[in-house]
Amino acid sequence: MARAVTPRRKAIATTAAWGIGLLLFFPILWTILTSFKTEAQAISNPPVFLFFDWTFENYQVVQDRSGYMKFLWNSVIIAGGSTLLGIIVAVPAAWSMAFVPSARTKDILLWMLSTKMLPAVGVLYPISLVFIKLGILDTRIGLVVVLMLINLPIIVWMLYTYFREIPSEILEAARMDGASLKEEILYVLTPMAVPGIASTLLLNFILAWNEAFWTLNLTAANAAPLTAFIASYSSPEGLFFAKLSAASTMAIAPILILGWFSQKQLVRGLTFGAVK
Amino acid sequence: MATAHSRTAARYMMAPAVTLLLGWMLVPLVMTLYFSFSDYRPLRGVFEPWVGFENYVRFWNSSSFADSVQTTLILVAAVLVITVALGILLAMLLNEPIWGQGIVRILVISPFFVMPTVSALVWKNMMLDPNNGIFSHIWRFFGAVPHDFLSQSPLFSIILILSWQWLPFATLILLTAIQSLDSEQLEAAEMDGAPPLARFWFLILPHLGRAITIVVLIQTIFLLSIFAEIFVTTGGAFGTRTLSYLVFQRIVESQNIGLGSAGGIFAVIVANIVAIFLMRIVGKNLDA
Amino acid sequence: MTAAADGHATTLTIATVNNGDMIRMQGYTDDFTEKTGHQVEWVTLEENVLRQRVTTDITTKGGAFDLMTIGMYEAPIWGANGWLVPLDDLSADYDVGDILPAMAGGLSHEGTLYAAPFYGESSMIMYRTDLMEAAGLEMPDAPTWDFVRQAAAAMTDKDNEQYGICLRGKAGWGEGGAFITAMSNSFGARWFDMDWKPQFDTEAWANTLNFYKGMMDESGPAGYATNGFNENLNLFQQGKCGMWIDATVAASFVTNPNDSQVADSVGFALAPDTGLGKRSNWLWAWALGIPAGTQKADAAKEFIEWATGKAYIEMVAANEGWANVPPGARQSLYDNPNYQEVPFAQMTLDSILSADPADSTVDPSPYVGIQFAAIPEFAGIATLVSQEFSAAYAGQQTVEEALEKAQAIATEEMEAAGY
Repeated sequence: MARAVTPRRKAIATTAAWGIGLLLFFPILWTILTSFKTEAQAISNPPVFLFFDWTFENYQVVQDRSGYMKFLWNSVIIAGGSTLLGIIVAVPAAWSMAFVPSARTKDILLWMLSTKMLPAVGVLYPISLVFIKLGILDTRIGLVVVLMLINLPIIVWMLYTYFREIPSEILEAARMDGASLKEEILYVLTPMAVPGIASTLLLNFILAWNEAFWTLNLTAANAAPLTAFIASYSSPEGLFFAKLSAASTMAIAPILILGWFSQKQLVRGLTFGAVK
Repeated sequence: MATAHSRTAARYMMAPAVTLLLGWMLVPLVMTLYFSFSDYRPLRGVFEPWVGFENYVRFWNSSSFADSVQTTLILVAAVLVITVALGILLAMLLNEPIWGQGIVRILVISPFFVMPTVSALVWKNMMLDPNNGIFSHIWRFFGAVPHDFLSQSPLFSIILILSWQWLPFATLILLTAIQSLDSEQLEAAEMDGAPPLARFWFLILPHLGRAITIVVLIQTIFLLSIFAEIFVTTGGAFGTRTLSYLVFQRIVESQNIGLGSAGGIFAVIVANIVAIFLMRIVGKNLDA
Repeated sequence: MTAAADGHATTLTIATVNNGDMIRMQGYTDDFTEKTGHQVEWVTLEENVLRQRVTTDITTKGGAFDLMTIGMYEAPIWGANGWLVPLDDLSADYDVGDILPAMAGGLSHEGTLYAAPFYGESSMIMYRTDLMEAAGLEMPDAPTWDFVRQAAAAMTDKDNEQYGICLRGKAGWGEGGAFITAMSNSFGARWFDMDWKPQFDTEAWANTLNFYKGMMDESGPAGYATNGFNENLNLFQQGKCGMWIDATVAASFVTNPNDSQVADSVGFALAPDTGLGKRSNWLWAWALGIPAGTQKADAAKEFIEWATGKAYIEMVAANEGWANVPPGARQSLYDNPNYQEVPFAQMTLDSILSADPADSTVDPSPYVGIQFAAIPEFAGIATLVSQEFSAAYAGQQTVEEALEKAQAIATEEMEAAGY
C-alpha cells in the first residue's frame, strides 16, 4: 500500500465513516439506553439521552417474569446444534462438489439454494403435522433438524466456495503419500479450510439464532428460544417501552457480543466466492 | 484427475445432503399440493379431499393476489437497489484509511446481528412511532407535525427497516471484493489522470460484478419470504401485504388451508420464476 | 402438598396472553403449586402471536398445551367442534352459577360451558373530568355520539398535543375492527342480514365510517389509524386524550397513580348511542379452556378452579387492593361492598349488563356476538375488512372505496364458505 494519503482525506473519510456508523448503530444504542430508564422516562418528551436515573429495574422485572436462562440455553442449543449438524452433513457434499465436479454439480448447488425459496408460511400446516406425527413438537431436537435443513444450502455453498480455492495439487500429493479419502478430508483439507469453516459456523449460528418463524410455531414451553421470549414483551397492556427494550437487549446481546469479537473471522470468510 | 473411485465416493458423500434437502422439499410440497386441491377448513370441520382447481381459481381471481405480487416485487427490488447502492458507497468509504476502522466496522455490521422480530419492534416503537419515536421528536424539534410512518408511508417504512437489516451484509461482501482489487492498477489509473467517476465506472464497478450478483442472490432468497417485519409493524395493512403474507392470512387467520395452500403453490411458482431469472445470471457469473 | 403425596402431581403447560392480569396471575403460580402440587410452565405471548399459535395447535391437534387462554370468539366455535373439554363438572365450591350470565353465555355452545372467564370486559367512555369542566361541558351517564363529537372538538388543542378523543383505528379484527363493529351497532348497521348477505353497501355503515373518520380527523391524535388498545392507553396515561372509549379493564390502568399522570381526574360513562336502541359497547372475556387431547384434564380443571374462582380474587385483593382484581367475571365481586367502592366498578357492571351478544344489532342479525360474529370465517374476513377501513382512516382511500372493497371481500368469502 504505497498510496499517499493526505491527512485531510483521512480526516474527511474518518468523519463520514463514523457518522454513518453511528447512524446505523443508533437504533440499537437507543434500545440499550432505553432499557436502563424507567417507563416514564422512556416516553418523556423531549427524550432524555444519557442524563437520567439509570436503573436495572427492567432487567429485574423481565428476569422475574420470564426466567431468561432457559430461553438463552434453548437458543444456544438450537442454533449451535443445527450449525454443527449442518457442517457435518455439508463438508462431504461440498468436498465432492469442489474436487470431483460433474456436469450437474452447478445445477445441484443452485437447486439446493432454490429450496430456500419455499415460503415457510405456506408449509406451516404440513410441517406441524409431520412434527406431531413424529412426536417432536416442542423439542430441541426437532428445531435443530429444521434449522439445519433451512440453512444447509447456505452452508454447502459457503464451504464449496472455500474448498474450490484450495489447489487440488495439495490433495493429490497427500493421496500419493497414501492418505485415504477420510484422512485426506480430516487432516489435509479441513485444516486448510479452517478460516472458511469458522466463518460458515458463525454466519449460520447467527441465522439460526435469529430465525423467528419456526422457532415460534413449533415450540411451547420446553424448547422455546429467545424469539419466543421476545414475543411475550411486544405490545402488552400498559407502558412497555423500557421493558421491551430490556428484553430486546437480552435477546440480542449474546449474538451481538459474539459478532463483535469474531467479526474479523466473519468478515474474512464472508465472500461466498465473490472474490477470485 | 478424478478417478472412477473418487467419483463413486463423491456420490456417496453428496447423498446425505441431497437426500435431506430432497425430503425437506418434497414432503411439505406434496402435502401442500394435496391440500391445495381440497376443501380443507378445520374450524368448520370440513375436509373434502378433491375439489379440482377451485382454490387456484379463487386465489388467482381474488383482488388481493395481483396486489400482493406487485408489493412483493417492489419490496424486494427496492431493498436490493438501496442496499447495493449504499453498500458500494459504504464499502468504498470503509476501504479508505480511517481512524478507528475496527470500531466503525463493528458499528456498521451490528444491525445484521439483530433478530428480525426485535428490529421490527424497535423500529416500530422506538423510531417510527408518531408519539414517542425518535423521528417524531426530530419532526417536532423542527416545528413540524410528526409523520406517522407506518400508516402514511407503510411500504417505505418496511423497506427502511429491511434495508437497515441487510445493508451490513451487502457492505461486508462488497468491501471484501473492493479490498481484493489490485491497488496498483488503481494507482496507475489515478496517475494517468483518470477522474474519480471514470475510475469508479470502468475499474471498480466491473470488478464488483460478481460480488453484487451474490448479494442480490442471497438477499432475494431471504427477502422473498420475509414475515416478521410485516407481522409486527403493519399486519399486512396499508398495501404492505406480500404474497407470503397473503398466504399466511389465508392459512392462519382465515383457517382456509385449501385456499392458502393453493396460494402457497403460487408463491413457490413466483419464487421459482425469480429464481430461474437469478440463477441464469449467477450461474454465468459462478463460472467466470 | 396433599396431591403431590398422592402421586398425581403433574406439570401443566399454559398458553396465555401478555395482559396485565395474566402477568399478575403468573406471579401467584406458587400458591397454586402449594395447594395442588402441580407445577406450571407458562407460555406467554403477545395477543396476535398467541392466537396464531393456539389456533394452529388446536386445529392440528398438536397437544402442546394443557390449557389455553382464549376469548369469546373461539370458545363456542371450538366447543362446537368438540375440541375443548366441557366444563360441566366443576366443584360446588367453584359456584358456576356466580359467573355473570352474559359471560357464561358467550363462552358456551348449546348451554355447555367450554371456557371459564378469567376476566370479562365491556367498553365504556373514560374521560378527563378536568378537561370536560374546562370546556364548560358535563358528561351525562349515557351520552350520544353527537355529544361526544362536540365535546371532543371542544377539548382539542392540537398545538399542545391535546386530543379530544382517542379511539382504535388499527387494522385487525380484534383491534380497530372490534371497535368499529361495536360502534356500527349503535348506528343501526350490521355485518350480515338474516340471509348472511354482507351489509357494507348500506347507509348505516357509510354513516358509521364517515362519522368516525370525521370526528377523528377533527379531534383525534396523529396516526390514529395505527393506534390500538395499547397506543391509546399510553396516550391517555400521558394526559393527551380528553376521552377514550375502550375496554373497561383499562379503567384500573388509567386510575393507577403509578402509571397514569391523570389518575385522579378520570370519569366514566356508558359508551355512546344514537338513539336507535343499541349502544356501542362490546362484550369480551379472556377465558381458560382445556384442549380435548390433553392427558392432564383433571389437573387443568384444578387450575381453572384456582385461577377463576372466588379465592383467587380475594387473594389478589388482599395483596394488591380491590382495584387490581380481575373484573367482570363474577356477580359476587359486584355484590362485595369493598369492590363497590372502586370508582369504575358500577359503570363496568352496567356496561357489561347492557351488552347482549344474542341481540346486538338494531335490525335483526343471524349471528351471536357484538363486536364479532361467532362464525369460523369471521376472523379472516374481518381482518381484511378492517385493513380496508384503516387504509381509509389513513387517507389512502375514501370511505366509499373502503366500504365497496369490504363488501366485495365479505361477499366473496361468504360465498366460498357456502352461505
